[in-house]
Amino acid sequence: MSELRLMKGNEVIAEAAIRCGCDAYFGYPITPQSEVMETLMELRPWETTGMVALQAESEVASINMVYGAASTGKRAMTSSSSPGISLMAEGLSYLAGAELPCLVVNVSRGGPGLGTIQPSQADYFMATKGGGHGDFHLIVLAPSSVQEMHDFVFLAFDLAFKYRNPAMILADGVIGQMMEKVKLLDPRPRRTREEVLRDTGSWAATGKSNRPRNIITSVELDPAKHEKFNQKLQVKYAEMREKEVRYEELLCDDAEYLIAAYGISARIGQKAVELLRAEGVKVGLFRPITLYPFPTVQVAARAKQLKGILCVELSAGQMIEDVRLSVGSSLPVAHFGRNGGVIHSPNEVVEAMRQVFEF
Amino acid sequence: MVAEIIKPENIAYAKSKVLTDAPMHYCPGCSHGTVHKILAEVIEDLGIQDKTIGITPVGCAVLLYSYLDIDWVEAAHGRAPAVATGIKRANPDMHVLAYQGDGDLAAIGTGEIIHACNRGENITVIFINNGIYGMTGGQMAPTTLVGMKTATTPQGRQVDINGYPFKVSEIMAQLPGTSYVTRQAVHTPGAVRQAKKALKKAVEKAYAGKGTSFVEFVATCSSGWKLSPTEANRWMTENMLPFYPLGDLKDN
Repeated sequence: MSELRLMKGNEVIAEAAIRCGCDAYFGYPITPQSEVMETLMELRPWETTGMVALQAESEVASINMVYGAASTGKRAMTSSSSPGISLMAEGLSYLAGAELPCLVVNVSRGGPGLGTIQPSQADYFMATKGGGHGDFHLIVLAPSSVQEMHDFVFLAFDLAFKYRNPAMILADGVIGQMMEKVKLLDPRPRRTREEVLRDTGSWAATGKSNRPRNIITSVELDPAKHEKFNQKLQVKYAEMREKEVRYEELLCDDAEYLIAAYGISARIGQKAVELLRAEGVKVGLFRPITLYPFPTVQVAARAKQLKGILCVELSAGQMIEDVRLSVGSSLPVAHFGRNGGVIHSPNEVVEAMRQVFEF
Repeated sequence: MVAEIIKPENIAYAKSKVLTDAPMHYCPGCSHGTVHKILAEVIEDLGIQDKTIGITPVGCAVLLYSYLDIDWVEAAHGRAPAVATGIKRANPDMHVLAYQGDGDLAAIGTGEIIHACNRGENITVIFINNGIYGMTGGQMAPTTLVGMKTATTPQGRQVDINGYPFKVSEIMAQLPGTSYVTRQAVHTPGAVRQAKKALKKAVEKAYAGKGTSFVEFVATCSSGWKLSPTEANRWMTENMLPFYPLGDLKDN
């Protein structure tokens, strides 16, 4: 029986972590996501499921504790906000390079630098294009509701283990702080040692017995071998792009215009679509759910019927680059977004649509 | 006659089964190989090969996972104590062992080692202190002695510019989370025997959940010091050991 509750986005991350059989959480306080760790410490999962929750001395230590636990085949996670994720960039690169599954939640805030504690979507580049040195990608999921904060914890762990790759939930300060109704899934037990050995024994450092030793590493001094390894990673990313794209379309069948937005901007965009539809403008909403892999093919297919796309982001325009790469120069693609912690209203989005597309 | 000599009961010494056959890449006279050897022997003696997960550092010992036949996790520079914490907390039944040099542990990883020791993580930390960055070509380490010439202190370390050599074990011994802190060396047969005993005790205590075991090895780096192996041992005895004296600093 699933359970219905009114919860904050950050709180539900903690609840979902316990329910999905997470083995370990390591984190460091930072606004606007500190409730994740606070909720875990309140719930004391080590007394029930045996899940570890530990406050680390820094985000650098947190991500490396995740690296350690993930090396042993365990479901490990951390959460932070933008400046903290910058500090984790090294660790994320090592996790990707060692092909380790884990979950990192970024409840993002305005930057650059110390910036603001108010919501932002200016970490899109960091999440989807970079976030560390080398040719690698995270699996990036963008929730636009408290329900999806819950659901994506389960999904992120499943995808991370399927591909042996770190996954990120890229949320924003609004989704983290707002309260909504959420349907909690039934708890699934943590995997037993036997199950961990069955699922990850071929690679995880679980203690060498009756098999060659397992070594978790990303170092390879032979360039030819290292190129081969990099090519293997690229094959994995290609498979993700083929199989794991997730997106949502709203009122797109007859649309002449599209608002493309993810996370909280998609919620605001949804209201803007309602307002514009009431005026008779044929506009739909395209919401990427996986930011990596980006729904390139799907945006391009929809673009064929359109006169223009407005990308709405709480940034100076980051996702717009993926939209433009998807549709090329076949139609106008414009950006609208407030940033630095300011949130656009549906009316501002409507006004931006009018100005850009002159209707 | 030969058959008589190689009878099992006559074997006084054999290569540890925990050591692999891979030829070690270390320079002649380097202490790493000897520390690896006694570490392998301790793991074998205690029968914990299948229970041990090791963490290798960034530095000369980065390829340590080639030499000991246990499961290994390669950490980012300085992060081994955090990685060890993650492994141990998620796998409390395992023996977790972090191996680090002085650049890794005492410079870039200072935060991680202090907090892991202060939390009293039940892990064994092996700290190789040769007063220099070996792998990157002999630059100054936090533990470089005053006046010591390195690639980045060609006139010798000067305290007004570079500050003072860092006595890490003394700091770790102050932290309530450590249960055993000792400083050892492997420059003579006697020192090797002594060091092995200390290492065994360290592993036993950490595995038994007594807190963090911290074992420093004052070590040679003949390449970095630009000395022959014999000269390096002598230089270490005359210069390093007076500043970094051997023995237990804490044994709770």
